[in-house]
Amino acid sequence: MKEKDAINFKQKGIKPAWCPGCGNFLILKALQQALAELSLKPQQVVVVSGIGQAAKTPQYLNVHMFNGLHGRALPPATAIKACNPLLTVIAEGGDGDMYGEGGNHFLHTIRRNPDLTHLVHNNMVYGLTKGQASPTSEPGFKTPVQVDGVISEPINPVALAISLDASFVARTFCGNLEQTVEIIKKAIRHPGYALVDIFQPCVTFNKINTFKWFQEHTYFLEGHDVHDRNQAFLRATETGKLPLGIFYQHEKKKTFEQKLTVHQEQKTPFLSRSINRERLEELIKTRQF
Amino acid sequence: MKKVISQITLEQDISIVLCGEAGQGIQTVEQLLTRMLKLSGYYVFATKEYMSRVRGGSNSTQIRVSSKPIQAPVSRIDLLIPLDKEAINHVSSRLGERIIIIGDQEKLDTDKKVINVSFLKMAQEIGKAIYANIIAVGLLLGLLEGDIKAGRVFLKDYFTQKKKEEFVADNIKALERGYQEAKRLIEENLVQVGSFPHLKKSSKVENNLLLNGAEAIGLGAIAGGCNFISSYPMSPSTGVLVFLAQYAHDFNIIVEQAEDEISAINMAIGAWYAGARAMVTTSGGGFSLMTEGLSLAGMIESPLVIHLAQRPGPATGLPTRTEQGDLHLALYAGHGEFPRIILAPGNIEEAYQLMQKAFYWADQFQIPVFILTDQYTMDTYYNIERLSVPQEETVRFIIKTDYDYQRYKLGGKDGLSPRGIPGFGEGLVRVDSDEHDEMGLITEDMSIRNRMVEKRNAKWHQLKKEALIPTLTGTKDYRVLCVGWGSTYYIIKEALDRLDKPDMALLHFQQVYPISETSIDFLKRAKQIISIENNYSGQFSQLLEMQTGISIRSRILKYDGLPFYADELAEEIKDVIEENGGQK
Repeated sequence: MKEKDAINFKQKGIKPAWCPGCGNFLILKALQQALAELSLKPQQVVVVSGIGQAAKTPQYLNVHMFNGLHGRALPPATAIKACNPLLTVIAEGGDGDMYGEGGNHFLHTIRRNPDLTHLVHNNMVYGLTKGQASPTSEPGFKTPVQVDGVISEPINPVALAISLDASFVARTFCGNLEQTVEIIKKAIRHPGYALVDIFQPCVTFNKINTFKWFQEHTYFLEGHDVHDRNQAFLRATETGKLPLGIFYQHEKKKTFEQKLTVHQEQKTPFLSRSINRERLEELIKTRQF
Repeated sequence: MKKVISQITLEQDISIVLCGEAGQGIQTVEQLLTRMLKLSGYYVFATKEYMSRVRGGSNSTQIRVSSKPIQAPVSRIDLLIPLDKEAINHVSSRLGERIIIIGDQEKLDTDKKVINVSFLKMAQEIGKAIYANIIAVGLLLGLLEGDIKAGRVFLKDYFTQKKKEEFVADNIKALERGYQEAKRLIEENLVQVGSFPHLKKSSKVENNLLLNGAEAIGLGAIAGGCNFISSYPMSPSTGVLVFLAQYAHDFNIIVEQAEDEISAINMAIGAWYAGARAMVTTSGGGFSLMTEGLSLAGMIESPLVIHLAQRPGPATGLPTRTEQGDLHLALYAGHGEFPRIILAPGNIEEAYQLMQKAFYWADQFQIPVFILTDQYTMDTYYNIERLSVPQEETVRFIIKTDYDYQRYKLGGKDGLSPRGIPGFGEGLVRVDSDEHDEMGLITEDMSIRNRMVEKRNAKWHQLKKEALIPTLTGTKDYRVLCVGWGSTYYIIKEALDRLDKPDMALLHFQQVYPISETSIDFLKRAKQIISIENNYSGQFSQLLEMQTGISIRSRILKYDGLPFYADELAEEIKDVIEENGGQK
């Protein structure tokens, strides 16, 4: 363990804007720990986020940050990795950000399989906008907007990702810090798209799915074959007690970057590449005919 | 018949229109014929109008052939080749008394005089009905005394790459058959081609280039160092995406068809962040989806190049037609206040040059730059002499960062702080859509807020100073000044050439925002200003008034989905001058 190295990833001089007791503190800690244990340097890591309480995480990390628009972390994260595959790219945000506003990007990023880690803080409620339902809220969940309780079915992001053959699908609960660090490390090391859905309590707006609720309603998968997609899907659709851990992994899938010819023919970074002027001259000449 | 020809002679060019259903191969005829005529030594111009469907309907292509440079459409049709029953109806408002119609008489069912040529029967004699188009190419080549040898060589090259030998041989037969048919029409005195005395061939023309606006934008992007394009297909902007995809391997361009325009623009911004030179290509509806992303570029001071090919709206509008209706959309899109540049190429060369300029300025000023074109520009081509490849390496406005790097360092000249790239140097590059401090971290400190707003908008100073000066065509001592922007350049120019008035000139804006401060002097010198725009509300006149305080009351506007025609426009300008009698 390189606990002391986690300090490298702490952003000095800024205090998180989260409520005391928020699950985000634990996720931030787990991520700092995971990055340190992977012996990464802050200069190698880009965290891309959207908007929301979870999406503030990179503000408190000592790494490159692209804090973009609500729901839109995945497209720039994909592009950043495509333009510079040497960077470790993490897209991070909450359940509303990633599964609601950015739902379409979630589906299509899985299809592309870029080598990035997708951390979704899932507290089943909207925090920053003060307590409305999220795409993962349970039916019946009452809020100032959903006055009669939520009437739509929740998204099951883990099952959805497995159904799309995402190359790495995991779920954890931030209360299990050690396992969360290990899962995040495996997700970062995994060559391809890696979803980690992270249960966390919202101490202010979700009085149902509390820290204690998550402790009582989750357990870690044991003896599960992560390469068995059908089994993974079955486990992902379990109700009652919800399984945690790595559900599915498909390491041999080629990544988006590997499939791009730009990196097969040239290895130099994008910013130092020059135009093939002779070829351009030739191409213009073809328009004589 | 002789009279017909003398009428054409007055016009200095021949206007040919091919009309038929989608899927009948009009595009093939257009492509082959224009190339063969150019190789024969003529100046050619081609544009098309078509319906939003893959098969059926009524589409047309206009080809003008001349011995002088020719770059605008006209309403007049000298020679019509109708390929189906509907064709004559489709262009009925443009048929003069002296028109020559050549076609399959029995198929056409018209009371107009048609010179009968049985394209289909001849094609079937060769082997297949699909050769009818090539017969039409041969016929037109023959009537215009084009070079059949050059035609044969060109056709062989055109088909050899994709088709079987027998198919190529049959096509050459079809070309020759059409060419012979033209000779028959001439011998039988049905068309007197010998009386096109003004059509002189020139060997200078042979090496001219023929490319449409979509290709020019694509080539300009490559020359500007573009190495990333993410877009969602939408007419009429897709041609640029297709072009860059075709040459992606040659020029190491990442081409990604995004799941939607929102993803496309956010990817492009991410690509710039990581060191690429990225663009998006889109049209009105797609751009509407991009507006939040545009605002993101404004906030994080990201360079961005947006090619916005306009088509008539609102909503789906007329998907395959043309309009200049999205100037105000580009101007006001995105919430919050931040600088931008809007360029609007008036011709093929400008499209190529301005695309390079767009990448340069986007990178230099860390702002979004628009290239505003339209369906007409995308689908139109004519002879151009050359496009020059840049001699110098692409200039990048990027620094290698140190440990203490701050992305939004205050105090730089005109609001600029050096842009770093993650992984290039020791610093951390942080960008934030929230208001941010110099480090790029979220803040609600109001004094920093003020300074950041002022920093972002301080760029205006330099943008205005560097704005491109509008080009004046015609006399400097004008009394009447026609003002246009973007794709109307050559159309207005030809209209003025037709009017041939010594006191008229054209002021063409290739940069519409911000406008050059010199513009006001041009406008002040005119006794009468006529604004000509392909939209309903005179969006550019409004913008000019906002920027210069000069109000333009004479406006010629067209918004039916078609470009202006030079001959019709000349008449309209004449009417406007007479109506206003010298008033501004």
